[in-house]
Amino acid sequence: MKADNMIELTDIVQRFGDKEVLKGITLQIKAGEIFGLLGPSGAGKTTLIKIVTGQLRPTKGSALTNGTPAVEMTGAMYRRIGMMMDIPGLYGRLNCYDNLKLYARLYDIPEKRIYEVLEKVGLSDARRCPVEKLSKGMKGRLALARAVMNEPTLLFLDEPTSGLDPAATRRIHELILEEQAKGTTVFLTTHNMTEAEKLCRHIALLYDGNVVEYGEPKEICRRYDHKRKLKIRLYDGRCLELGNDKDAAEAVGEYLKQELLETIHSTEPNLETVFMELTGKELV
Amino acid sequence: MVMKMRNIKAVFLKQVKDIFKNKTILVQFVMFPMLVIIMENVVAMEGMPEHFFVRMFSFMYIGMAPLISMAAILAEEKEECTLKMLLMSDVKPAEYLLGTGSCVLSACMAGACVFGIVGEYEGKAFFSFLLIMAAGAAASLLVGAAIGTWSRNQMMATSLGVPVMLVFAFLPMLSMFNETIARIAKITYSEQISVLIGGLGQSGAGAENVIIILLNIAAAFGCFVLAYRRCGLG
Ligand SMILES: Nc1ncnc2c1ncn2[C@@H]1O[C@H](COP(=O)(O)OP(=O)(O)OP(=O)(O)O)[C@@H](O)[C@H]1O
Ligand SMILES: [Mg+2]
Repeated sequence: MKADNMIELTDIVQRFGDKEVLKGITLQIKAGEIFGLLGPSGAGKTTLIKIVTGQLRPTKGSALTNGTPAVEMTGAMYRRIGMMMDIPGLYGRLNCYDNLKLYARLYDIPEKRIYEVLEKVGLSDARRCPVEKLSKGMKGRLALARAVMNEPTLLFLDEPTSGLDPAATRRIHELILEEQAKGTTVFLTTHNMTEAEKLCRHIALLYDGNVVEYGEPKEICRRYDHKRKLKIRLYDGRCLELGNDKDAAEAVGEYLKQELLETIHSTEPNLETVFMELTGKELV
Repeated sequence: MVMKMRNIKAVFLKQVKDIFKNKTILVQFVMFPMLVIIMENVVAMEGMPEHFFVRMFSFMYIGMAPLISMAAILAEEKEECTLKMLLMSDVKPAEYLLGTGSCVLSACMAGACVFGIVGEYEGKAFFSFLLIMAAGAAASLLVGAAIGTWSRNQMMATSLGVPVMLVFAFLPMLSMFNETIARIAKITYSEQISVLIGGLGQSGAGAENVIIILLNIAAAFGCFVLAYRRCGLG
C-alpha cells in the first residue's frame, strides 16, 4: 500500500447469488482528495461503498481502508469515519436535534457542534421537527450533518445531493469542499456529472460491473475530444467548426477584427457525453 | 471486552425519549397499570380474593410488556438501519443491549410500582414484590431480545412475539382453573412469578421457585445467544 493512498481496492468481485454485480474493481483513492464514483442506477456504487466501509465482505479481492482490511476495522477506526448511506438510519420519532444529540453523546462532542452542523446543512429551523415528518432531501441533509459531526478524516457520501434543489445542492457542495480543505478524504457517489466535474479530483465511471473510465474529469473529457476543433458562433447567426491550425487562427483573428465573434468553444465533450459514448446509455 | 459507560448511557437516554414518543410501546407499560387501578376500584365481587386483579394482571404485565417491547425495539432498529449506524459508531452490541434493556426494565418497574401501591404491599413486602417482578421482567426481556435479534423486521417480530407472549402471559391464568395445565405451567417463570406473588406475606420463596426462575432466565439467555450467533445485530 502506498502511503498516500487512503483506499486501495484490488480486484474486487461481488456476487449476489449468481448475479455478478462487481466484476473485478481495482482502484486507488488518494488521501485528501474528493473522489467521485459515477454510474447508472444499479451499477453497484452503494455495494462498493459497503465493501470499503467493511459492511460487506466481497466475494473476492481485497479492500484496504487506511491501510487496514475493511472487514477488520475496529470501533476506534470507525470513529474517524463519517458515513451517509442511501438509507439514512435516523430515528423517525425523534427530532433532528435529538438524533444528533445521541451521536454527540457517543462521540463526546460539545452541544454547540450540533447547532453548528445543523446550520451548515440548513436545518436549523427544522431542528425540533420529528425526522419522519422531514422530506427525503432533508433526511439526507441530516444524515450528512451526522456524518461530518465528529470531524472525520474519511467521509463516505452516497448520493449526497439527490433530491435537493439548486440552493441546497450548492450549500452541500460548499460543505464538502470545506471538509476537503480540512484534509478529509471524501468518497462520493453521484448520478450528477456536473457535480462530479465541479467537486472531484478523480472520478471513476462504473458500468456493468467494471470501471470503464478513470481519471481527472477534465482530462477524461479531453481524451474523448475526437474532433479537436473549435466551435464558434458569430453575431450574424452563423455557427462554424474550425480546425486547430493556422488557418483557423487567422479566421478567428479576422472575425475578432470585424467584431463578429460571439462565442468560442473547444469541441471537447462533457462527462455526460463521454458516458453516453462509453455505455450507449444515459446516466439516470 | 471493555464497555463504555458513556455509550450505554447515550443509548439509554435515546431510548427513554423514544419510548415516550412510541405509542405502541408506551401503551404496553401504561395499559395494565391503568387497568389494575380501574378494576381494583370498580369491581368488587362477593368471595373474590383480596387484590385479585393485582395478582392476575401482574404476571400478565410482566410476561407481555418487556417481551413485546424489547422485540419490537430491536426489530425496528434493524429494519431502519439505525442499529447498524450505532454499531458503526463504536457502540458494541453488549453496550447497545444494556442501554436498551435497562430502559425497558426501568419502564417496566415504574409500572410494577403502580401494581405494588394498588396491591397495598407495605415495607418489606413491597420490595419483595418489586424483586419478584424484576426477576420476571428480566426473563421476559431476554426472550424479547432473542425474538428481536432473530427477526429481520417488525412484522416478523410481531408474528413470533405474540404467540410466545400469549403462552407466558396466559398459562398462569389458565392454570388457576385447570390442574393439568398447572402442572405443565409450573416450568415457566411467569407461573412461578404468579405463585410467588400469590404467596407474598404468607410463604417465602422456596428453593424450587427460585431455581425454576433462574433456569428460565438461563434458557432465555441461551436463546438470545443462539439468535445472536445466527443473525447478529447488524
Ligand atoms: N443484498 C443484496 N442482495 C442481492 N442483490 C443485491 C444486494 N445489494 C445490492 N444488490 C444488487 O446489486 C446491484 C447494485 O446495487 P447498488 O445498490 O450497489 O446500486 P447503486 O449503483 O448504488 O444504484 P443507485 O444509483 O440506484 O443507488 C443491484 O442490481 C441490486 O439489485
Ligand atoms: Mg445506491
